[in-house]
Amino acid sequence: MRGHAFLVVAVAVVAAGLAVTRVLDNQYYYFAAYVVLQYVVLATAWNILGGYTGYVNFGTPAFFALGAYTAVVLIRWVKAPLGLQLVAGAIIAGLLGLALGYLTLRLRGVFFSIATLALAVVLQTMFINWEYTGGARGTSLVRPATAPLFGSYVQFLFVVMLGLAVLAVATAWWIERSWIGRGLAAIRDNEEAAECMGVPTLKLKLVATTVSGVLMGLAGAPFPYYVTFVEPTSVFDLNYAVNSLAMPMIGGTTTWMGPVIGAVLLGTAQQIATVTISSALNLLLVGLILVAFVILAPEGIVGLVQRLARPRAERTRRSGP
Amino acid sequence: MRSVTKRFGGFQALSAVSLRVRQGERFGLIGPNGSGKTTLINCISGTLRTDGGQITFDGHDITTLPPYRRTRLGIARSFQIPKPFVSMTVLENLLIPIEYARQGHHDGVVDEALGILGLMGLAAKAQASSGALTQIEMRKLELARAMAARPKLLVSDEAMAGLSSNEVDDILAILFELNQRGITIIMIEHIMRAVMRFSERIAVLDAGEKIAEGVPDVILADKRVEKAYLGE
Amino acid sequence: MITLDLFLNAVTAGILLGGFYAAVSLGIAIAFGLLDIVNIAHPVFVMLGSYVAYTMNLRFGLDPILTGLLFTPVFYGLGVLLYRIYYASFERKGAEALRGLVFFFGILFIVEVSLLLAFGVDYRMIEASYVGRSFHIGPVGIAFRLLVPCVVGVALTGALYLFLSRTFYGRAIQAVAQDSFALRLMGANPFKVKDVAFGLAIGTAALAGALLIMIGPVEPAMNREYIGRVFAVAVLGGMGSIGGTLVAALILGVAESLTSTFYGPSWGVAVSFGVLLLALAVRPSGLFGR
Repeated sequence: MRGHAFLVVAVAVVAAGLAVTRVLDNQYYYFAAYVVLQYVVLATAWNILGGYTGYVNFGTPAFFALGAYTAVVLIRWVKAPLGLQLVAGAIIAGLLGLALGYLTLRLRGVFFSIATLALAVVLQTMFINWEYTGGARGTSLVRPATAPLFGSYVQFLFVVMLGLAVLAVATAWWIERSWIGRGLAAIRDNEEAAECMGVPTLKLKLVATTVSGVLMGLAGAPFPYYVTFVEPTSVFDLNYAVNSLAMPMIGGTTTWMGPVIGAVLLGTAQQIATVTISSALNLLLVGLILVAFVILAPEGIVGLVQRLARPRAERTRRSGP
Repeated sequence: MRSVTKRFGGFQALSAVSLRVRQGERFGLIGPNGSGKTTLINCISGTLRTDGGQITFDGHDITTLPPYRRTRLGIARSFQIPKPFVSMTVLENLLIPIEYARQGHHDGVVDEALGILGLMGLAAKAQASSGALTQIEMRKLELARAMAARPKLLVSDEAMAGLSSNEVDDILAILFELNQRGITIIMIEHIMRAVMRFSERIAVLDAGEKIAEGVPDVILADKRVEKAYLGE
Repeated sequence: MITLDLFLNAVTAGILLGGFYAAVSLGIAIAFGLLDIVNIAHPVFVMLGSYVAYTMNLRFGLDPILTGLLFTPVFYGLGVLLYRIYYASFERKGAEALRGLVFFFGILFIVEVSLLLAFGVDYRMIEASYVGRSFHIGPVGIAFRLLVPCVVGVALTGALYLFLSRTFYGRAIQAVAQDSFALRLMGANPFKVKDVAFGLAIGTAALAGALLIMIGPVEPAMNREYIGRVFAVAVLGGMGSIGGTLVAALILGVAESLTSTFYGPSWGVAVSFGVLLLALAVRPSGLFGR
């Protein structure tokens, strides 16, 4: 999608979101839409490192939770406004990404992935032991009653998350089309060759890890006000790990559209499903779908569509002079 | 005056190998399988860290530089087993070195890439997926990619292995042409007639040691070289 | 407060735990060390083994070690099945490493959540005559629930070592990673060799799981703690050296035990992460590496 088209679509999406808040009053939809939008951010963030660069992050909960807990600390400490929470969450999570990358990106990709797993476990242990944020029991927060310009705070959070989703997708879109994106793709395709062709692989990988971390932290920062009760088990939920991975894999990992499609489809399906089946069963289904896609349709929905479109083009070419 | 000096000590795969290559020279490197040729190339390109010794290039000590810095200084290599960027077209494969090795984000990149492809005879395949090429096309792409980095030194690692006689001549012609343009070339090959025809000087490795160095005729007559290849 | 008693007990517990860790890590030593297959789902199969032992103990009063041995062939079959799916989907096509990794993560996920659905989040444990008993050598207490898994773990390690070094298939497995061409010349089919090897790797999970539930109560999420541990042991131990795996497991066990005793149990898990990073930074080929 070219620059102008993308901008138009982005503005239209935000405008539509704002219009909806004027019209729709049923709070449930805003709660649900928030979750789906949150997954758009997480899936897009994951894909920058996973799909574009080829490094698999199993520890999304670590970055998400760090964003959330940074917000909690700021709320408790200085009653900080949401804006500050977002910025702080982004910075802290970004630093975590940078540190993790610096320690592990010189090693084989698989060790990076294992490190992300361990990171999630270690961070969870840390927060379980930290009394200031409630320890294992958790802490409850009071959500502000109203927000400027919007009726309910939840509607406000919905719009914030919508903005974050647009930001995340725009970031991915820009990276994908730029020379950075090409360098990341070279790293993904063949890191050794990329390095020998002049690509500063470590630096680029660090950029990807940091950007990914920043976006995940941004997704986590509004979470405390959304749920009003933050405790380690729910913030470090396996949900986030598997979904942020499954959504890009199902949607398609090579382009920004993949995570969006995956997040909207899978996220909406899960929101509908939670009222009918248990969350554990829901997770099981996600796992099964993920494995099915990895085996049968690794290029995701986007790839399938592209494959269907291509033969038609070749057919017309062959029938020419 | 461009010279490359390498001394490695105590490295299992290479023992105190020293080489000096002159600017603009055509240098051949031969040796039986497992003698350490590719290891040496990996040390030159920076993929491997040396355990001892020093590498200087064009007056710079590059012993501890990471590979991408060496490429930016002017060293390029092709890989024995081609490593194309499979998710990209042939053309896009060349954009990587153009944009990164010389940091040119200018507007002529596509034309320049097409020019190089034309030189290699790959212009028709510019939009093809780089994963779907024939053997010789892949080898040419390897060389094209190395070329796109506008190197001063090009190391060609067995670019002709497994090719037909005509294809070998094809690649050889390209390498001669590149050398005419002023690029120093180190060629690693098993195909003797190619190495003998191409090189001004040759070094021979065996089990990690340099056992001979000199002009092709001398090497051909050297008994130690014969023994290394044929055994007792 | 560091006393000699506390220290000695911590070290002893660590050694005993290390013997058990060796048993858990054998599967990764084979799959990752020798076959270069990143099976992060291995610990969750160990959990499966634990729950099988639990169920057999609950329903039929079977001793867990017996269950572990009985079910080893079943787990072997499971391993073979898993390898064939992996091979057909990824290895044969030369797919990028990312997909194999995601595949095993998916498997991990499916098994963990299935266990969750079947058994819930509560901790499960077994009833056996020796659990809870202990004896003392001087100031050092030795609990049977640690001693027995350690002994069985070391025995399993020894058995595997003998298999790999003395039998045809064992030697073939050791060779397949390095040179499948030479293997074919020897008359062995590389696919078949890897098939057997991976089956063996998952097969060890049956007994390892039984040992795990002897040490303490289990719940499905525990598998993730062990991922760091087994890979730390595999790397430190030299990626495929069985002897190295045992030594590395002992080192990890002692390090964890000391950390738990003096800094609190929740930090024990972080130790494996630290050990892995340290090992990779200092000597990527491990202590006994090729």
